[in-house]
Amino acid sequence: MSRLAIPKTYKLYIGGKFPRSESGRTYEVVSSKGAFLANAAKASRKDARDAVVAARAAVAGWSGATGYNRGQVLYRIAELLEGRRAQFVEEISATEGVTAAVASAQVDAAIDLWVWYAGWADKYVQVAGNGNPVSGPYFNLSTPEPTGVVAIIAPQTGASLLGLASVVAPAVIVVANESAPLSAISLSEVLATSDVPGGVINILTGSPAEIAPWLASHADVNGLDLAGAEQLEWIDLQIAAADTLKRVLTPVSGIPGASLDRITAFTETKTVWHTKSLI
Amino acid sequence: MTIEQPVALAPAERAIQILGGDITERGLRLHLEGLSGVDAVGLEQRAADLGSRSIKTTSKAWALDRIIELIDLTTLEGADTPGKVRSLVAKAMNPDPADPTTPRVAAVCVYGDKVPDAVAALGAAHGDPDKGLISVAAVATAFPSGRASLRVKLADTADAVQSGADEIDMVIDRGAFLSGRYGQVFDEIVAVKEACRRDDGTYAHLKVILETGELTTYDNVRRASWLSILAGGDFIKTSTGKVAPAATLPVTLLMLEVVRDWHRLTGEKIGVKPAGGIRASKDAIKYLVTVVETVGEEWLVPHLFRFGASSLLNDVLLQRQKLSTGHYSGPDYVTLD
Amino acid sequence: MSFLEYAAAPESTAILNLRPSYGLFINGEFVDGNGKPFTTISPATEKGIAEIANADSHDVDLAVAAARRAYDRTWSRISGADRGKYLFRIARLVQERARELAVAESLDNGKPIKESRDVDIPLVAAWFFYYAGWADKLDYAGMGASPRSLGVAAQVIPWNFPLLMLAWKIAPALAAGNTVVLKPAETTPLTALLFAEILQQAELPAGVVNIITGAGDTGQALVNHPDVNKVAFTGSTEVGRAIARSVAGTGKKVTLELGGKAANIVFDDAPIDQAIEGVVNGIFFNQGHVCCAGSRLLVQENIHEEVVERLKQRLSTLRMGDPLDKNTDIGAINSKAQLDRIRELTDIGEAEGGDRWTADCVIPENGFWFAPTIFDNMSPSSRLARDEVFGPVLSVLTFRTPAEAIAKANNTPFGLSAGIWSDKGSKVLAVADQLKAGVIWANTFNRFDPASPFGGYKESGYGREGGRHGLAAYLQSATDSGQAVATTRVAIKKEASK
Repeated sequence: MSRLAIPKTYKLYIGGKFPRSESGRTYEVVSSKGAFLANAAKASRKDARDAVVAARAAVAGWSGATGYNRGQVLYRIAELLEGRRAQFVEEISATEGVTAAVASAQVDAAIDLWVWYAGWADKYVQVAGNGNPVSGPYFNLSTPEPTGVVAIIAPQTGASLLGLASVVAPAVIVVANESAPLSAISLSEVLATSDVPGGVINILTGSPAEIAPWLASHADVNGLDLAGAEQLEWIDLQIAAADTLKRVLTPVSGIPGASLDRITAFTETKTVWHTKSLI
Repeated sequence: MTIEQPVALAPAERAIQILGGDITERGLRLHLEGLSGVDAVGLEQRAADLGSRSIKTTSKAWALDRIIELIDLTTLEGADTPGKVRSLVAKAMNPDPADPTTPRVAAVCVYGDKVPDAVAALGAAHGDPDKGLISVAAVATAFPSGRASLRVKLADTADAVQSGADEIDMVIDRGAFLSGRYGQVFDEIVAVKEACRRDDGTYAHLKVILETGELTTYDNVRRASWLSILAGGDFIKTSTGKVAPAATLPVTLLMLEVVRDWHRLTGEKIGVKPAGGIRASKDAIKYLVTVVETVGEEWLVPHLFRFGASSLLNDVLLQRQKLSTGHYSGPDYVTLD
Repeated sequence: MSFLEYAAAPESTAILNLRPSYGLFINGEFVDGNGKPFTTISPATEKGIAEIANADSHDVDLAVAAARRAYDRTWSRISGADRGKYLFRIARLVQERARELAVAESLDNGKPIKESRDVDIPLVAAWFFYYAGWADKLDYAGMGASPRSLGVAAQVIPWNFPLLMLAWKIAPALAAGNTVVLKPAETTPLTALLFAEILQQAELPAGVVNIITGAGDTGQALVNHPDVNKVAFTGSTEVGRAIARSVAGTGKKVTLELGGKAANIVFDDAPIDQAIEGVVNGIFFNQGHVCCAGSRLLVQENIHEEVVERLKQRLSTLRMGDPLDKNTDIGAINSKAQLDRIRELTDIGEAEGGDRWTADCVIPENGFWFAPTIFDNMSPSSRLARDEVFGPVLSVLTFRTPAEAIAKANNTPFGLSAGIWSDKGSKVLAVADQLKAGVIWANTFNRFDPASPFGGYKESGYGREGGRHGLAAYLQSATDSGQAVATTRVAIKKEASK
């Protein structure tokens, strides 16, 4: 008789922990061939609310960490992802029905992108900020600062976008691809074993159409990345976000590539003037 | 570990009032260093704003006359002779021979040994400028450098007072100040004030020259101003006129702010005298604006504000002539002093 | 009369050469508007200045079409260097006509001539000079090689710095290669129309800049026009929200510069006299009609009384009166509507228990005036200390520690600017780090420069104007991957969601 497998429970990842949905709801994740794979947690608006609270609580610590420190943490995550390549490839093949080769290419690209973003943590300020030569006896410096908490509707695997958020801002991520959440959840296991503080990244699985509006209208969310929201009523989300003047990025097709713009989109430029005088 | 014994300073009434009974070097230093700092950029901006006031027509006419009434007409050259002093005094009494409505200056300012010449030349016009007469101010204390022993500086002062000087313009010891010996600077001012005492018990009026161009920083000017007032000065004065920069609008503004704060604290009014480098009426008017908007109009009187100047007077006369004739005037229409 | 009352020093209006009526500036010419014309008045005297055309939606179509044609045929084809040359010409013409523009600005807006002459107009010229130089250097703007312009920009500006806000909008837009349709504020169209004459003198190609006067409807029609690629708005947070909603799904890039309730933080180790000046300048400059006004004084509790006393003494020499008198410090409130709003909020402040003190100013009979006012002992929960008044009203609150100062300063949905007053460098830098404000002035206030980016956090808007960052609003990187999906969904969805 072959060995009985131990099926995994797929839960949410909020504040560094793995809670089930407070609603108790789950939904079935099936393989591309229709076979049962797992019951994934189905996040409710209260889970989203809790995730925002966790993200906000993580803001001070994460923005207070040096760029060097954050870069190291992110790079370590890439190391862990590399170690778990096989698991990701298997999950993606199963849920998306693609070949191992295709899945491998996706995973490799995502990990490499993660490394790319890790390297930005202590550099984007230099590229996006600068001193300003004002005409007067003033020291004047413009620096990009994290905008606060960002809600992300992540495309497909989600892995590609998570790195950018953590370069600058704690995030609440909703996996757009309802039917293929597994790798995102596995990613959260990687995060939990890495050095990233709880709350910096939070991952919600479930129905994006249900959860996203609550995030879009949430007054304590400062930015909204609709990258993977193409199939949702995303214009309504953008309208809801307008009430609190969130910074919004509109949807893109496919997986966004390496882009410094996506980092700086969720920064605010702060310009400081200071008088200068010898006497 | 031993704690240094505090060095006691000479008793001065104002300092006792503010610092308490036993004034010491250390206490004085802590007090001065606890004064608010000055942001130079902000100070200079405020001075520039005040300088952008537009003073026209009746205000301008009033200002020109008042400037004359506040001038200490000055000659401080090694080459000063009795003849030169007589000429200066004549100009002081009658600035514009062609216009008898021209007011008189407040005082003439000369070296201590020229006081007798000035007094003689003034004759009946010698007296209190608040009453329309002209006083004699003498520079003393080894002006302009102040580099001599205290004994010499006090003798310099006493001689001038004895010769009839109504006002003494002393210099502080900048070397002592910049090396942090505030107590020494303080004691010297107290001693000079005492040297201004006449036999009848009255005192010559004491102006304390800070020489702001050598103090350099505004923080130093604030401290030196405050120190000079604590030690008993009647006026604080910017400069000797022998060092550049001499008077500037920002530095004068700062000194007026100290005087304003002193008034708010004690009710007492101290005078301010910017000296050196003020040549144009336009600039002098800016000083008047700065005075009225910082301490109020009641300061624009001879016993509370003076201009230490020589060539300014002629420029004011030219402006006066333009106002009264309607056309621009020229150097031939004002006299040499 | 005492010297301090200063004889009248009026700036003459003889330098102005105004027309009795102005049309809309479309495609390089002044044309009639289809809406009902209105009169622009001087808020100091309530007298009419000129008749102004009113653009209806048809006029908006014409203006946008002119901008589109100019973009396709001319402006997107000439070199950056040539765009720069036009901007340099404009800068020079502004300098040449500086006095005239300053007088017109004070007349129409109500701000003191001293301000329009010494602050507004010089900055206008400086803004055009600065961006002129960027026009052929966009590769270095930080948006990658050969960033692209966006197309037609719709720009709506407020009444508080009419010509300066126009410069902030037009200069970078043109430098980056876009064409413009700009709507000045209803109560302050005059200098924009004089600027149109300058554009004719500069021989700027027709349609590159179009200026359409009108009211709220005109602005709305312009912002919602389907053939506009970019929307730039400066004004109230309320309207900013409405604009953000209406552009959702259209693919239009938006930047918003909205309201503020800035904290001016004075520590006990501040250079006290300069801090007082900074507080006064912060809230009373331009009659408080400044989005970044330091309308909340956060003073360290141990110097609270002294600071308030010094403030009151300082305010006693502020002169309120004829904007065209060169010695006037505080001019007229821009409109009756604004005056009513200030009064409403200050009445609330009084009812909330604040200690109200008003400077002793003579109030002229005609015109809209509000004397500088301080409300002492306000608390963070008072409405007057939270809502933007946009007038010469200062709320005074206290704090005990730097952390408390920061918390109180940040406790607002706004985040435009802040002031820090302290002689201690390490404290200034640390406080600046933690303030959630897009512009922070340390030991100074209300400093503006074309090289320095200006804009807010949170509900004060997004995007920056000025500096290298100010170009980003009008460019997209050649390989922009972020905004691909959008334009196909445009008008249908928007209409359905209204």
